[in-house]
Amino acid sequence: MVGGRKTSDSLKVGALVRFENVGLRYGMGPEVLKDVTFGIEPNSFQFLTGPSGAGKTTLMRLLFLSLKPTRGLITLFGRDVSSLDPDEVAVLRRRIGIVFQDFRLLDHLTTYENVALPLRVLGKEETSYRAEVTELMHWVGLGDRMNVLPPVLSGGEKQRAAIARALIGRPEFLLADEPTGNVDPTLARRLLRLFVELNKSGTSVLLATHDIALMDQFDARRLVIADGRLYVYE
Amino acid sequence: MSMNSPQLAEKEAKTAPAPARRKASRKAQGSIVPRATVAGRALVAVVAIMTFLASLTLGTVMAVRATAETWRSDVAREVTIQIRAGDPAAVDAQVKAATEIAQRTPGIGEVHVLSQDETGRLLEPWLGTGLDFSDLPVPRIIVLRLDPSQTADLARLRRTLTDKIPTASLDDHRSWSRRLGSMAEGVMATGIGLLVLVAIATVLSVVFATRAAVATNRTIVEVLHFVGARDGFIAAQFQRHFLKIGTQGGLLGGLCASAVFLAIASLPRLGFGGDPENPSILTWLYPGLLGFAGIAVLVLLVAGVTALTSRMTVYRTLRTIQ
Repeated sequence: MVGGRKTSDSLKVGALVRFENVGLRYGMGPEVLKDVTFGIEPNSFQFLTGPSGAGKTTLMRLLFLSLKPTRGLITLFGRDVSSLDPDEVAVLRRRIGIVFQDFRLLDHLTTYENVALPLRVLGKEETSYRAEVTELMHWVGLGDRMNVLPPVLSGGEKQRAAIARALIGRPEFLLADEPTGNVDPTLARRLLRLFVELNKSGTSVLLATHDIALMDQFDARRLVIADGRLYVYE
Repeated sequence: MSMNSPQLAEKEAKTAPAPARRKASRKAQGSIVPRATVAGRALVAVVAIMTFLASLTLGTVMAVRATAETWRSDVAREVTIQIRAGDPAAVDAQVKAATEIAQRTPGIGEVHVLSQDETGRLLEPWLGTGLDFSDLPVPRIIVLRLDPSQTADLARLRRTLTDKIPTASLDDHRSWSRRLGSMAEGVMATGIGLLVLVAIATVLSVVFATRAAVATNRTIVEVLHFVGARDGFIAAQFQRHFLKIGTQGGLLGGLCASAVFLAIASLPRLGFGGDPENPSILTWLYPGLLGFAGIAVLVLLVAGVTALTSRMTVYRTLRTIQ
């Protein structure tokens, strides 16, 4: 762990993401997130960690606009998320790449079609993005798995397909939820290198993980959730 | 995407069985919503049955309307003068006088006095054959055919007849015409009611099928949302499937109904119900070109309504999935 400075004053003007005193409760239950305040800068890399059930997934859902906060203010790319209509949410999501722990690949589409999905939903012609998708798939090591359906891919291949799908739209902000949760340590290291490379090419990365060993391999900011509260270690 | 490769392509498990590879998938992209999970055949059958019933109703309404119109114009082309029975010599004179009055009236094309034999044939359904009508007070009937090129002043003819021949009366068949008209209107109103019910049943079937399809494909909908798909894009994916289902079902139902009408229309050629005076089977049940055009429009409507209903249902369902 590098730094170790506990802070709650990490808001800056021009941040990709700003959370100010955000609280969230499900229904009439207790607050699962309490007074969460932090920001994510362009070109930054951070880990999100904390024990199971601490609220990591809930925070991720708030970040990719799957949930709205019960209280507080969230701004994403300078927009207050509470005032967005469904179409505006869709447009903002195109600027965010998401890698799910369970991959969420569509089993009836080939790996190539899964990776190309974000471009397809933009209404682009297949011929206009074929070369780009093919290049990216070679880049993540799936060049010879393009016409294969996801059920027959290995765990590592599925993970890379999910990452390629998150990257194909050239997102400004990449969210990855436990991307190394289903892979062996060697592949986990490779995936971390991939995220670092992405960060170097200008994408802000938030990597949710509870793998301390993985975090120790790269010196980056850490957002730690415990009992619904967020602690930022620069 | 120009990035430096981190060389992640190192030997991962590459043991995919051959059948899992989709041939030429990059040429023809797979459907985003898998066809198998959209309630396919059952809904095609439901839409086909609904379209069949709607087409039968529409065709029957059109046939009844056309037939009633024909009957009404037949009835309206003729009027009759009735001379009450009485002293035969006086009745003959009254018939002659009435015939002359009718012949002088503009708009009357042909005047025909029914003979006793012809009158007897008219009464056969009620009184049977072999009766001697000379003992019965049977009125004399004069049939007047109207000249379609002119308008006869029937009110004036009625006044003239009753002034000069008190035992004469003119029947212009208005009550029959009115009854036929109200019968046709009643059938049409019933038909429209049935069409509305069939339409509601079709829409409800499509709504439930669409909801089921969205629920089955909820994961796909979520993934589409997360990769930035607008609701319109997602709705269009479902709408395309339901348009196909609506078109298939609509065509099947419409063609079956048309086949039924054509089969009925061909019965006289096969020797059934060919006598126009005795249409014992439903040979009059022919919707005509307008009816078949109506069935074609109905098929298009069913396909359109199916697609539109699914689109609206998907939109509504998507509001609950964000």
